[in-house]
Amino acid sequence: MSTPTISKVKPTQPWKRTPKQQLLIAVNLVGAAVISFVVVFATAMKGKLAYLAIFFISVIVINFVENYIKRGMAAAKDSIATSFATAGLIVAVVPIFSILFTIFDRGRAGLNFNLFVQDMKSNGPNDPLGQGGLLHALIGSGIMVGIALLISLPIGILTAIYLTEIKGIYSRPIKFLVQAMSGVPSIVAGLFILSAIVFPITKSSSGFMGGLALAILMIPTIARTSEEVLLLIPNDLREAGVALGGTQWRTISLIVVPAAKSGLITATILGLARVAGETAPLILVSGGGDSVNPNPFHAPMGSLPFYIWKGFTYGTTESIARSWAGIFVLLSIIFLLFIAARTLSGSGDKK
Amino acid sequence: MRKPAWHKNHLVNTTTPGANSAIFPISTPEKREITTKPRFSDKVFRGVATVGGLSSLVILGLILIFLGYQGFQVLRSEGFGFITGSNWQVMQDNAGNTDLSASSFGIAAMLVGTLLCAALAVLIAVPISVLCALYLTFYAPQFLKKIMVAIIDLMAAFPSILFGMWGFFILMPHVEYWAKLIHKYFGWFPLFKMDVPVFTRSPFVAGVVLAIMIIPIITSVSREIFSQTPLDRVQAAYALGATRWSMIRAVVIPYGKSGVVGGAMLGLGRAMGETVAVYTVLNLVYQINWQVLIGAGGNVASMILLKFGEAGPTETRALMAAGLVLFLLTLLVNSIANTIVSRTGGKGR
Repeated sequence: MSTPTISKVKPTQPWKRTPKQQLLIAVNLVGAAVISFVVVFATAMKGKLAYLAIFFISVIVINFVENYIKRGMAAAKDSIATSFATAGLIVAVVPIFSILFTIFDRGRAGLNFNLFVQDMKSNGPNDPLGQGGLLHALIGSGIMVGIALLISLPIGILTAIYLTEIKGIYSRPIKFLVQAMSGVPSIVAGLFILSAIVFPITKSSSGFMGGLALAILMIPTIARTSEEVLLLIPNDLREAGVALGGTQWRTISLIVVPAAKSGLITATILGLARVAGETAPLILVSGGGDSVNPNPFHAPMGSLPFYIWKGFTYGTTESIARSWAGIFVLLSIIFLLFIAARTLSGSGDKK
Repeated sequence: MRKPAWHKNHLVNTTTPGANSAIFPISTPEKREITTKPRFSDKVFRGVATVGGLSSLVILGLILIFLGYQGFQVLRSEGFGFITGSNWQVMQDNAGNTDLSASSFGIAAMLVGTLLCAALAVLIAVPISVLCALYLTFYAPQFLKKIMVAIIDLMAAFPSILFGMWGFFILMPHVEYWAKLIHKYFGWFPLFKMDVPVFTRSPFVAGVVLAIMIIPIITSVSREIFSQTPLDRVQAAYALGATRWSMIRAVVIPYGKSGVVGGAMLGLGRAMGETVAVYTVLNLVYQINWQVLIGAGGNVASMILLKFGEAGPTETRALMAAGLVLFLLTLLVNSIANTIVSRTGGKGR
C-alpha cells in the first residue's frame, strides 16, 4: 500500500500518422486512380489531361467525404485546401524536373571531348557533332563575366556598406533605386551600352561591352544580397570595434567585412549565376565570334549563351543538338555555382 | 608592481645592460582628443561608399539620358504616335537614306502584346505560386521544405534561353493542345475567340512559358511574407479551434494579401522585360491582337531583338526609343511592387 507503482509513460507522437491512417491515404489515392481510369474509359474524354483532372477531382471528393463523415464540415473544407496546396507545389515543381530531364536527355548527345578543346572557327553548325566545340564560348563567357565581376563587386559591396553601415541621408532613395535597378530588363542594359558607348565611341562590338552590360545586371544582385548579409552581422561586433578605439573605416574593413566574408562570397556567386546565362544583351553588344578571342577590347567575342542562341536560330538537327549540349554545360556551371553558394552560406551559419 | 617575466627577458636580450632606463623611458600613450568628429580616414571612406551607393542612381540616370538622347529624333517626329500607332515601316528616299517623315514607327501592337502576355503569365502563375507558398510554409514537413525551397531558388536562376528552348521544343505541343481544348469549350468568351485556327506560337504559349519563369519569384516573395505572419495570431487561431485552412483564411491571407500583390507585380515586371524566352515561342505580328489563342502577338523586347540585326541607323534609333518606353514601364511596375512589398514586410507585430 505504501509503495506506489511508478508507471512509465511511453512517449507518443500524436501528430504523426498512424499506420492505419497511412493505409487509408494510400487506399484513397489508389481509389482515385481507379476512378479516373474508369471514368476516362467510360466517357468520351481522352488524354493525360483528363486522367489528371479526374484523379485530382476524385482525390478531393474522397477526402472531403471521409473528413465530413469523421469530423464535420470544417475538417472537410480543410482537406480541400490541403489537396489544392499540394497540387500547387506539384504544378510548380513539374516544369523544373521536366527541364532538367530534357537537358540531360538531349544535351548528352552533343557532349564529347572535342567540345571543350575546339572552337567553331573551321566548322559550320551543320558539321557532325564530334567536330568543333565551344572552347571560344567558354573563354568568352569567362572573360565577360570576369569583367562584369571586377566592375560590379566593388560597386555592389560599397552600396551595401553605404546602406547598412553609413546609413546616410540617401539610404532610402538608394535602396529604392537598387531595387528598381534589379528590375531593369536585360535587353535594356544591352541597348544602353549600345547607345552610350558602342555607337558614339567604339563603333564596334567587343567582349568588354558585353562585360559592361552584364555588370549593370549584376550590381543589384550583389548589392541586395550583400546588404542582407551585412544586416545579419551583430551590432555588438561594430560596437566592440569602435569601443577599442577603431575608426569606422577600420571597424568595417577589419571586423565587419571579414565577419561577413562567406556571405559576401555567396552574394558574388549568386550574382555570377544570375548573369552567366544572360543572352539578350550579349546578342546586342558582344558580336559573338566563332574563334577563340582572348582580347576583350578588340573584335567580337563568343559566349556560351550566344553559342546556344546561334545553334537554336540556325535550326538544323545538328545545330540544335549543339545548343542542347551548350545548355547542358551552362546549366552545369550555374548548378556548381549554386551549390558553392549554398555550401558557403551554410558553413557561415554554423559559426 | 612586478613586471612580467617575459618583459624582463626581452629587455635583457635586446639591450645593453645598464642603459635600460635611459634609452627606453617608459612611455604612456598620448592622451587623445575625444570627439565625435569623423577622422580623415573615415571621411574618405564615407565619401567612397557614398559614391558607390550613388552609382545605381547614376546608372539609371544614364540609361534614361542615353536612350532618350538616341531615341529623341524618332520620338519627336512620331510624337504620341510612337505609343498609339501600330505601324512599323521604314521608308527610304532616293539616295538610300531613311526618310524619317515618310517612315512610321509605332509600338502600340507590341505594347499591347507585352501587357497581354505578362498579364496572362501573372494570372496563371499567381494561384499556383500562392498555393505552393502556402504548402511550403504551413503544410510541408521540414525536410521537404528545405529541398523544395532550394529547388525553387535554383529555378529562379535558370537562364531565360533555357526556358525559351524548353518552351519551344517540349512545352509548346502540350500548350497548343490545351489551347485547342480552351477554344473548343470556352470559344464564346471574347478573349478566346479566333477567326483563323492557328494555334502555334500564340500569346497564350508565351504566357504559359512566362508563367513558369515567374512562379519561383512570386513563390519566394509570398513564402517570405507568409512566414512573417505573427506567430501569436497563428497560435491564437489554432487555440480557438481553427483548422489549418480556417487559420490561413482568417490570419495568413489578410496579413499577406498585399505582399502577394507586390510579388505578383514583381513577376509582372520580370515578364514584361523578358526577351529571349518570348522571342522563341511568340510569332510577332504588327497588329493589335487581343485574342490570346491566335498565333500572332507582340512583345517590345522581342521586337527589339528581331529588328536589331537588319536595322539601319534610323531604325536603330527607333528601337532605342522602344527600349526607353519598355524601361520606363518596367521601372514603374517594379517601383510600385517594391513599395507594396516593403510596406507589408514591416507590418508584423
